Amino acid sequence: MTFLEKMMQIDRRWIYLAIGLAVIIPTIKSFNVPVTVSPEVRKIYDFVSKLKPGEYVFVCVDYDPTSMAELNPMTIAIVNQAFAGDLKVIFVTLSQFGPGMVEQITSELAEKHHKTRGQDYVFLGYRPYPAITIMALGVDFRVPFPLDYYGTPLDSLPMMSGIKNFSDVKGVIEITSGNTADFWLIYGNGRYGFPLALGITGVMSSNYYQYLQSGQLFGIIPGVKGAAEYERLVGFPGEGMEQMAYQVIAHSVIILFIILSNVAYFATGRKKSGLGGGAR
Amino acid sequence: MKREIPILLVGISGFIMFLQYFVPTDWSEELFKYSQDWVIVIGILAMPLGIWSLIRANVAKLKVPDERFYSAVLLAGFLAMVLTGLSRQSLEMGSIHMDLFTYLLIPIQATIFSLLAFFIASAAYRAFRARSVLATILLVTAFLVMLRFIPLGPFSTGNLSAVAWILSVPNMAANRAIMMGIGLGATATAIKIILGIERTYMGHD
Repeated sequence: MTFLEKMMQIDRRWIYLAIGLAVIIPTIKSFNVPVTVSPEVRKIYDFVSKLKPGEYVFVCVDYDPTSMAELNPMTIAIVNQAFAGDLKVIFVTLSQFGPGMVEQITSELAEKHHKTRGQDYVFLGYRPYPAITIMALGVDFRVPFPLDYYGTPLDSLPMMSGIKNFSDVKGVIEITSGNTADFWLIYGNGRYGFPLALGITGVMSSNYYQYLQSGQLFGIIPGVKGAAEYERLVGFPGEGMEQMAYQVIAHSVIILFIILSNVAYFATGRKKSGLGGGAR
Repeated sequence: MKREIPILLVGISGFIMFLQYFVPTDWSEELFKYSQDWVIVIGILAMPLGIWSLIRANVAKLKVPDERFYSAVLLAGFLAMVLTGLSRQSLEMGSIHMDLFTYLLIPIQATIFSLLAFFIASAAYRAFRARSVLATILLVTAFLVMLRFIPLGPFSTGNLSAVAWILSVPNMAANRAIMMGIGLGATATAIKIILGIERTYMGHD
């Protein structure tokens, strides 16, 4: 059996080993990767940077620890930009593990930027039933959240004085790993018409680019590459930039395997490669 | 009457909420707020039922030798998170509840999800093969889009316009067709439920 024939029947554990080694390399010797900023990411950055100090932005953190490696960097970059620009930030989560994620981010970044809870930012908390919660938020933030996450009535928070619903915020940035993006598009942007941007995982990207063309979204941050682009724009390099080395190595290995697979497929004359061919 | 009353309730509620959505007045907003309270109350009532069901099923499994360990871990984890999360202070960083979340739940979930990278690599090796014209189109498209979303210098930036076209023209056309199909299907099902034609949500008895 030739090498290429062996490649057609390669045990999947060799692929696992190659990927495992590939992601270990940057931990031993990391390197910088140049990142080019894409237009859809820049639009979100420009939108936030054009807001005046004291204006409100609504950030929805709809993901859990499974996707935090990909989405946390973009949330941190956006909140860094908002806090540095003295914007008022309203946080909410429609994910059951979201409260822990928001608490981690806000406690760290508020200390870094000397921001006070209730004056500079508010965390409304978590509610189930995304569609209903979004529609209720559009009526009045106090309908689904009469108290904030920490049990303080919204009316007693200085920052929420005179702030009723989405018409009082400049835009909504939804960072999600699930279908809550659809709810924000349909029941949020569709019904209340506020500017909406998404931060999503890489695999979700192709499902949401269509909404850029239709104008329902003004920007998208796709995956950890998008997060690295945003970090570069904001000037706070973080985990997104760090992860680029891992991305380059791991994806290069996957690309090499795909090329090798096709070379082997054609070189062996396609004869032993029905649908069952390939890694075992 | 056992079936007629629920069908009537669903029909009336559905019709009122349908009208409310398309009539933006103070009256409809008040009605909407009121319905929100109902949904929250129903949701809260459903939660103890779920918790009771989870506990009952796992307590029963404690008697099965092969499943005992996993059920014990689940019940212990459940009790630990509930008991440590009872007070308002437990929601802030530094509490035992948040430490369990940060140092136990996050690593567990992140580890499980990271295994996906290995499966994707293996699946890509087997699936992305130019077996036919359609498979070749899929292979080339996936290759271009993947290069766009990783920072590989000129390989990533050189094909920006091609990827933008893929995502905003054929991708959008296919997605819109699917979404419109789903939308029409959902509308038809909703109308059938409101009119009492579709009754499977009530189960069979």
